[in-house]
Amino acid sequence: MKPLTLRRVLWSCALLTAVLFAIVLLALRLGAVPFSFADLGQNLWWLASGHPEKISTDFRLIMVDIRLPRILLGIVVGAALSVAGASFQALLRNPLADPYVLGVSSGAALGAILALLVAPALPLMTPLAAFLGAAATIAVVYFLGRRQGQLDSGMLLLAGIVTASFLSATIMFLMTTLASRDLRGIAFWLMGDLSISLPHGLLWILMGGFFAAAGAILTTASDLNVLLAGEREAMHLGVDVTRVKLVVYVSASVLTGLAVSVSGAIGYVGLLVPHVMRMLFGSDYRLLIPTSALGGAIAIVVADTLARTIIAPTELPVGAMTAMAGAPVFIYLLRRRLA
Amino acid sequence: MSGTASFTEARPDSAARHTPHVRLNVEQASYAFSARKQAAPLFTLQATTFQAREREFVAILGPNASGKSTLLRLISGAIAPLSGRVELDGFETCHLDARTRAQRIAFVQQESPLVFPIRAGDYVLQGRHPHGRSLWFEKDEDFAIAESALAQVGAEHLRDRWMHEISGGEKQRVVLARALAQQPLVLLLDEPTLHLDIRAQIDLLCRLRHLADQHRYTVIEVTHDLGLAAEFADQIVLLHRGKCLRVGPPAAVYQRELLEEVFEVPLEVESGPDGRPRVLVQGRREKT
Repeated sequence: MKPLTLRRVLWSCALLTAVLFAIVLLALRLGAVPFSFADLGQNLWWLASGHPEKISTDFRLIMVDIRLPRILLGIVVGAALSVAGASFQALLRNPLADPYVLGVSSGAALGAILALLVAPALPLMTPLAAFLGAAATIAVVYFLGRRQGQLDSGMLLLAGIVTASFLSATIMFLMTTLASRDLRGIAFWLMGDLSISLPHGLLWILMGGFFAAAGAILTTASDLNVLLAGEREAMHLGVDVTRVKLVVYVSASVLTGLAVSVSGAIGYVGLLVPHVMRMLFGSDYRLLIPTSALGGAIAIVVADTLARTIIAPTELPVGAMTAMAGAPVFIYLLRRRLA
Repeated sequence: MSGTASFTEARPDSAARHTPHVRLNVEQASYAFSARKQAAPLFTLQATTFQAREREFVAILGPNASGKSTLLRLISGAIAPLSGRVELDGFETCHLDARTRAQRIAFVQQESPLVFPIRAGDYVLQGRHPHGRSLWFEKDEDFAIAESALAQVGAEHLRDRWMHEISGGEKQRVVLARALAQQPLVLLLDEPTLHLDIRAQIDLLCRLRHLADQHRYTVIEVTHDLGLAAEFADQIVLLHRGKCLRVGPPAAVYQRELLEEVFEVPLEVESGPDGRPRVLVQGRREKT
């Protein structure tokens, strides 16, 4: 038995943080206007050490106002989606669960669009409505996915797919009948897109929400390990199943709502990242939650950097990148595991 | 404990020892199951009464749908009795909080599906869960307990194997080890010998008998096997269509007419050399 200790968790996280940092530097440098690493380092140092007046105008416009917020947004969104995915996998005891596959992202998107249509002036309405959409969808999928009182793996996925397509159709209907706005913008957003420019305050609220929800899930991590064996099993091992399920259900819905309200429905991150982390670090949730958060951040930053550089200056939606890269990688991992 | 050696070994007569206190008291406990709240019950377990002491091995016997598993769940505290009470050392099991309950009662379920692969050692370590706090890491003590639980069931060599790669008999031993790692007073098992070959069945029952005799556990199992229950149990609880027909030592419960009526097959009961009854089941012959 390789004991799981706090030290091992911290080392794994430190390793992933270092990788994330390197990726972020690379992502800052790449783009339509390239910067040298020396330049980048110099300017970042000025930014961090409180001498923003020394920063060049170019750098300020491109880095501080565009690339850096976008990367930070990507980090929060990726972390939120991955932690939500890992949580749904435990909550529903289904290795294929993910906010996107289960239709939760579509539910959040519908909520967000309704909020935009009804009250476009209130900035906090969108994440709140997205959270409500996510929570309602997962409740519906959960009940549709049961057969004879038991969660059924096949039924659950089917319920998710049907719910997702119903919700997408509803979104299409709303868009074509009501929206006089830029349709391409919304279509882009639906695919998953990080190019939205957020007011600074909202980014902080997002981060606060992420840490609160992910923290709540982390407190149930050892219960989730046991819950994977089944609810009765968990109850006989001393887990307060109702409480744990409620905490995880609400928190994972918050995470999905937060992510979707700012970046649309980015698929496969919540499915893939926890699986890759399981292969690298093992399936103990006490380690899986923090590593998934960091891994999700890395995955989104990489995907978004690719999305905005491969056919620069034109941009792809990041969701298209994650789906194109995610689906084949997932098949590969699945088959390698079975072999 | 070495393999199947003690199968025929003479056991000290439990009456000769001082009588230990009653650990589990099932008193007029009943339960009813219905599809909806107002609907008529689909199944009822009528008032059942029996007691189990430490070192005692109880077998709950009966045909399908006789209420065996319901009785076991009542004992585990997972469901509350409709009337009557189930007490463990004076506390009603259904009123204990999940953590306390799991420190006193371990439940080995019929099957434990696994979503993600897990190694046997880590699986056994889950038995320490009720003794930890919400966000915690196992202490050296927990590893030692898990290790000795594996040793108790003779499965140390399986520690680093994947649960989905070991045989049914080995898996059942690891599941039992996890239950032991909970350090409970009562071990509940729902058809633990199902799907095992006869050697693994005897091996498992010998281990349970040994755990009861040497480590003071109260063992309660649900089983279909009349023969093995007579061989290993101190007490039989015989259920039939949700009714508790007889409670007592095998020799008292195993009466030909009674068993024929309950199991609806022709059978013969004879007394074995150690006073334990033996059951001979005959095939149902076509009447000509």
